[in-house]
Amino acid sequence: MVKLKSGEQLDKYCEDILKKARKVPMIAISSGTCGQARGSLKLIEAFQDAVKEIKGEVEIKITGCHGFCEAEPNVIVFPDEIFYRNLKPENAKKIVQATLKGEVVSEFVHKEGGKDFVYLRDIPFYKKQMRIVLGHNPKIDPVNIEDYIAFGGYNSLAKALHRRPEEIIDEIKRSGIRGRGGAGFPTGRKWEIAGSQKGDVKYFICNADEGDPGAYMDRSLLEGNPHLVMEGMIIGAYATGATEGWIYVRNEYPLAVKHVTMAIEKATELGLLGDNILGSGYNFRIKIVRGAGAFVCGEETALIRSIEGKRGESRQRPPFPAVKGLFGKPTNINNVETLANIPKIIEKGSLWFSGIGTETSKGTKIFSLVGKAKNTGLVEVPMGITINEIVHDIGGGSPDGKAIKAIQSGGPSGGCIPRELFDLPVDYESLANAGAIMGSGGMIVMDEGTCMVDIARYFTNFLREESCGKCVPCREGTQRMFEILEDISAGKAQEESIEILEELGSVMKDTSLCGLGQTSSNPVRSTLRYFKEEYLAHIKKKECPAGVCKEFIRFSIDPQKCIGCGLCLKNCPQGAITGELKKPHSILPKQCIKCGICMDVCKFNAVFKKV
Amino acid sequence: MPKVTIDGIGFDAPKGWTVLEAARFLGITIPTLCYHEGLSIWGGCRLCIVEIGAGGKTKLVTSCSYPVEEGLVVKTATQRVIHARKVILELLIAQCPTSKKLQDLAAKMGLGRVRFKPKWEKCIYCGLCVRMCEEQMMASAIGSVNRGNKLKITTPFDKTSEACRRCGGCMYICPACTVRCEGPSPENVLCGRCENSMQPTCLDVYDHYTCWMGLKGDCGTCVQEDLDKKCEAKDKEEAK
Repeated sequence: MVKLKSGEQLDKYCEDILKKARKVPMIAISSGTCGQARGSLKLIEAFQDAVKEIKGEVEIKITGCHGFCEAEPNVIVFPDEIFYRNLKPENAKKIVQATLKGEVVSEFVHKEGGKDFVYLRDIPFYKKQMRIVLGHNPKIDPVNIEDYIAFGGYNSLAKALHRRPEEIIDEIKRSGIRGRGGAGFPTGRKWEIAGSQKGDVKYFICNADEGDPGAYMDRSLLEGNPHLVMEGMIIGAYATGATEGWIYVRNEYPLAVKHVTMAIEKATELGLLGDNILGSGYNFRIKIVRGAGAFVCGEETALIRSIEGKRGESRQRPPFPAVKGLFGKPTNINNVETLANIPKIIEKGSLWFSGIGTETSKGTKIFSLVGKAKNTGLVEVPMGITINEIVHDIGGGSPDGKAIKAIQSGGPSGGCIPRELFDLPVDYESLANAGAIMGSGGMIVMDEGTCMVDIARYFTNFLREESCGKCVPCREGTQRMFEILEDISAGKAQEESIEILEELGSVMKDTSLCGLGQTSSNPVRSTLRYFKEEYLAHIKKKECPAGVCKEFIRFSIDPQKCIGCGLCLKNCPQGAITGELKKPHSILPKQCIKCGICMDVCKFNAVFKKV
Repeated sequence: MPKVTIDGIGFDAPKGWTVLEAARFLGITIPTLCYHEGLSIWGGCRLCIVEIGAGGKTKLVTSCSYPVEEGLVVKTATQRVIHARKVILELLIAQCPTSKKLQDLAAKMGLGRVRFKPKWEKCIYCGLCVRMCEEQMMASAIGSVNRGNKLKITTPFDKTSEACRRCGGCMYICPACTVRCEGPSPENVLCGRCENSMQPTCLDVYDHYTCWMGLKGDCGTCVQEDLDKKCEAKDKEEAK
């Protein structure tokens, strides 16, 4: 491989790649971790075999996640962007043949509301999105740096290296981009503080310790387009004067680790990383640190301690990491998605970027839309879009007709927003005012079958296990909250429990050491704010309106419907079902643990749940 | 030297001091638990919180770790601070009712109830022993293991540590295990409050600094008429 020594050489290199490129249809197979879990590896094999067999002029590209998780494994056929969903290996041949003829296989295209959607741009899931950051994912093979450069990759870096660091910081400040990791601190301001620190040694860290249950945008970016994140990182490091960088990624993301490792190697070989980057005289190296999966290590001070090889626990601020961070040196930390936005801002200018979004929140945000929505997946939308549009227009609403009740935004530190507020524009301030946070962008859709006490209990349980345990309000507070929520969902609580929850919540928010603790009461506080009547129903009426909390439900068998097939009896893990063959069965309430297996296996709808 | 104002008293604090040091220099009492002069700052117990800032923009920070800075306005005993301290102490006592240090603090701060089920644990994870072992004894024989509700302080792999010299420094400094309070019982988590037998002496009332006991005039020693109104008026003045 050649070593590029200037921006011009990079342009030349890019031209060469484009000249070499074959002008044939391309089938891009979504193969991130999510795609692989749904069988994309077998699909790739099938497609490669099919191309060999037919000897057709078709290019097969293995890419990162395309974002539409519900439709995994899926492929996009370029240049027309025909979208095929939920494919099986045996479908490969048919698609290759049709592609060669320029036809569409209509049986695999996306169908919604009785209509067929052939092209990517028409599919409701993609239509309202604005895929600035994720847009190249379907076209790029993440292990091939040439793919990235062919789309103008590292051009922004070449451009940035010709400017003074202060100019870049100014540009980023003007763009108005704010941190995508959760707190929403202005990135330009952060860089300015780090840049203004004196000292020869400064560090730049990319925070890829994505720990929220149900959030995976960072993983998808690192798997699908690692060079984009790295380019942003090198630009940031140049602007702040850092010479060494770390990508802190969790070990649960093996594919991301693999792709980033390869990306670093390739970029170093090409002279885009290491000594004398693109002949500018600027040196920067990136190392990977793999995290062991503690949620708290996503908090910057805990992350720094973890890289230093110490126990992952947060530290008192001030001094802030920008002043005294990793190994006591000035350190800048940015989230993966923030960094992925940087090359675009440099490329298209701050004016373009600040034109997207709302007054206080600029650009786009990636949400992982999961839960009770028809179309789940990664959604990149401009700031200021309403929750309604995300949930109903993009997400397609509820999959089984149950009314949607609320969304949970921002992971365990976030809160619930009821459907009455779905007209709320999505930006940092309005979400915070509603008691949730933007967070890293997890968005869980919940329907009438979700008990809000149970949701609060679930997240509080997560936090009580993931608190580092250093400060009292977070460690003890989450444990006590969990205790009280257990009592409420078991019907053992008094009305004053709600007061205690509220009081504890406000003290935890006020006095905890780090961001984790300060927001750890959000799940409880926000559900109390909007769904107090559900709490009261548990406490006063001793019932769970959603029929979730086990203490308040009972399973029974309808003797009219039961034909005595014995299926429930066979599947009951507790032996709680009795009855003779071909005669109606019954459930012994004392033995029953209310797991609901009998209800799931019954083919005659004879088992029912009493709330 | 940065000029700071603590509870209305303005003075020039030497650079590098923390708010706690400055307050103690002025003779203002701030309760502490995980703080020790001879050890590094930890900031885990959160009992030494104070309110900083003026007007509508105030926040709670730990005084043991917050450095003095030019123009800093500190209030060490506002309602918000005292309420938060009491809840934190309540959480701590419910965890380990047998700690004399905690019971004494409860008596001093006027904590009158514990609403949580006592856990009767032996450790409150204040981290004093770990820091003592590492920083003063240079042994690093013990440390924190696990996190969250499974957190414990122990030697590596729970085995007798070769690094440990049996100096007893950890026991000497522990606020929970050495000096035991025999007062609490399963029926009554708070003890007989021997620390509380002396009469409270109320300071001159300044601002929210209502009572030495951290009470809202419940003890009746000092005159409390319309104190809240006074405080409100003062807040308004400040806001202007």
